[in-house]
Amino acid sequence: MTGTIIGFGKTAGQTRWARGATLAATTLALALSSSTAVLAEDAKFDPNASITIGSLYEPQNLDNTAGAGQGINEAFNGNVYEALFTLTDAGDVQPGLVAEQSVSDDGLTYTFKLRPGVTFHSGDPLTATDVKYSIERVTAEQSKSSRKKSLATISAIEAPDDQTVVVKLSARSISLPYNLSYVWIVNDAAKDLNASEDGTGPYRLDEWRRGSSLALIRNDKYWGTAPTNGEVVFQYFTDATALNNALLTGAVDIITSVQSPDSIAQFKDNPDFTVTAGQSTTKELLAFNDRVAPFDNVKVRKAIARAIDDKKLLTSIWGEYGTLIGSFVPPTDPWYVDLTAVDAYDVESAKALLKEAGFADGFTFKLDTPNYDPHPIVAQFIQSELAKVNIKVEINVITANEWYTKVYKAHDFQATLQEHVNHRDIVFYGNPDFYWGYNNPKVVDLIKASEAAANTDEQTAQLKEANTIIAEDAASNWLYLYPQIVVSSSAVTGYPVNGLNSQFFAFGIKKSEQ
Amino acid sequence: MLTYLVRRFAILLLSLLIAAVVLFVLLRLLPGDPANALLSVGADAVQIEKAREQVGSNLPLWQQFLRFAGSLARFDLGTSFVSGKPVIEEIAARLTVTVPLALMGFVLSILIAVPLGILSAVKADRWYGGLISTVSQLGIAIPVFWVGILLVTLFAVTFRLFPSGGFPRRGWQNEGQVLYALALPVMTIGLVMGASLLRYVRSATQDVLGSDYLRTARALGASFPEALIRHGIRNGAVPIVSILGIELATTLLGAVVVERVFALPGLGSMLLLAIEQRDYPNVQGVLFISTLLVLLIGFAADLTQRLIDPRLRERAVGGNA
Repeated sequence: MTGTIIGFGKTAGQTRWARGATLAATTLALALSSSTAVLAEDAKFDPNASITIGSLYEPQNLDNTAGAGQGINEAFNGNVYEALFTLTDAGDVQPGLVAEQSVSDDGLTYTFKLRPGVTFHSGDPLTATDVKYSIERVTAEQSKSSRKKSLATISAIEAPDDQTVVVKLSARSISLPYNLSYVWIVNDAAKDLNASEDGTGPYRLDEWRRGSSLALIRNDKYWGTAPTNGEVVFQYFTDATALNNALLTGAVDIITSVQSPDSIAQFKDNPDFTVTAGQSTTKELLAFNDRVAPFDNVKVRKAIARAIDDKKLLTSIWGEYGTLIGSFVPPTDPWYVDLTAVDAYDVESAKALLKEAGFADGFTFKLDTPNYDPHPIVAQFIQSELAKVNIKVEINVITANEWYTKVYKAHDFQATLQEHVNHRDIVFYGNPDFYWGYNNPKVVDLIKASEAAANTDEQTAQLKEANTIIAEDAASNWLYLYPQIVVSSSAVTGYPVNGLNSQFFAFGIKKSEQ
Repeated sequence: MLTYLVRRFAILLLSLLIAAVVLFVLLRLLPGDPANALLSVGADAVQIEKAREQVGSNLPLWQQFLRFAGSLARFDLGTSFVSGKPVIEEIAARLTVTVPLALMGFVLSILIAVPLGILSAVKADRWYGGLISTVSQLGIAIPVFWVGILLVTLFAVTFRLFPSGGFPRRGWQNEGQVLYALALPVMTIGLVMGASLLRYVRSATQDVLGSDYLRTARALGASFPEALIRHGIRNGAVPIVSILGIELATTLLGAVVVERVFALPGLGSMLLLAIEQRDYPNVQGVLFISTLLVLLIGFAADLTQRLIDPRLRERAVGGNA
């Protein structure tokens, strides 16, 4: 599934399209043909252009194993550091630094042959030792990578020769290539990866001005296809309005992710800008504490799902953007099934379910609401929706930090709102100790089995089944999927539109000659 | 004068100490764990415990305070939880934005306020005298971020004369670019601070105009401008210097808001980010350094007043300071 292109650039030939009757057909064709914005593909581009990317996610350090880091993944994944495998913007896993791979029959030994002729930015050649070192950095005890657990099945890594890496597992792990797609391959001789880098990617770090910008310059010795621009500067903003103004005045070329639909209007019908709506993986969630009454009752959870008009909520927050989802799985995950019909909006049946559950007169619960957008608005919407079925919602506004301590760590809550950003994170429902406490042994088994699957078809089938059960159980209420909106000057094209796992590949960006 | 200096300095140190304690206590009263700054959803219990150890939030409050006080005593502001870098390093980098911004805004506000303030006092009976003082009233009523947004809309988005925000990548290596980038932020501060300063200048001038010494000087044959320059300015300057001190401190704090509007990597944006991330050492560091700056400004203003007006010095010797 790829993005849909909404706005059109001023480039030759395109204005006519935008006005023509073939608009819809063309848009669809373009959207299907590639996962990136392909406007002005034929226009002359400047191979040495400097691309300025405006973002709200400033990295705090340059090492993604040293703490939470959406910003550093955005700037560095695939641009500065590469992995053995690459998660493409369309959601496929493809070989990155791996040239060939073979898997033993029992699925416990993976042998990777590295791509020859790859060097780090420092000039050191890429060897199997670097790969071993890089994976062990993520799985190390002191690593703070949130993905550490998914690599827990790795029991040993061997480097029989410079070009060969053998990964041994304690249990089958079909997601290994996917999981390796966020393990940066770093030079084992590199020092201080918090403030500098030594990767193999198409760009090397030129300068990092904390609080302001991060500049990447083209790596002329890159092993793969050379970037279609000369350098990329990530310019950081704390205020969305300031970021929009920067795009309006030409100070930045692209905004990686627009967080407020109101600001889209000024770009949308303007031929100087391109607005692209892709598929994000960020899900807005009403999560219950499934351990405690009344949310330990499936009927109550289903009733709440039926009492809330998700469509109305999405439209009031995002207008024409965003997608409704019936479960935790976004369309870019291989095991997506359309489950929006499960517990669809139906106030009468919600009332009936509540009566069956013994809550004919309703009940009251406390909704822990993070204090930043869009949660407070969503909370109020839910409050008024649930009032229709006699459920009283007490909104308790908390900070993100409190959420982490109270809800995530202590499980001290009844219900909460949260956005979950990653691709392929259905596995959280297979963990009964997770904050929402959903515990269905069948789902736990399916998710566990899917990881040990012999092939991806089997894995997909099992996760589809798990996904369906989770939806039928109304484990949580999945309100909507955020849109991923990228806005750019119409002079630039070729950027990723889905931004999976916060990646923003910059090497294909083209800027037309002025 | 020396006794005064020593005493004034002791008060400065005591104020800093109180500020440090208040800061520490206030930050710890907030709910939530600073270790969360390092974690993301998906972290397990072991990672959480590691993070708590790393930031010291697993220790009892009094031990945390001792650590904090101990490092302050060594002039060490600690290391950021999030970036792992010394706080003082980051503050130093940010001050290269905030200090020039505040100072330029301050100078601009004086350039606006002093001539216009004197003019509106001297020519209070003319239409423009009244207009200046009305406009300055309006200037005080408008919040600083609003002026910033108006200037951006007008001079950046509409006329494309100045950038709407951001700071040049190479920083002060290219002064021209920095000045260009700071043009609108400096104007914002200059206009807002200038408007409130103008009123003080106006009323100080009015006091001088109605004073006996000015009348005497004129009776002795001095022209009005001569009398104003020889006697008026020196007398009028004393209250204005103390207001200038307060204004400079306010400008520094006003820069926090302006930095956000214009996406400038100064102390203010560092503070906001640090609060969002619950990066205690950074929050403490920024607030501590700003407190220090404000106290130093007050100190300097007091001293300047004493240098201008001998009467204040005599009183100080008499022990009334």
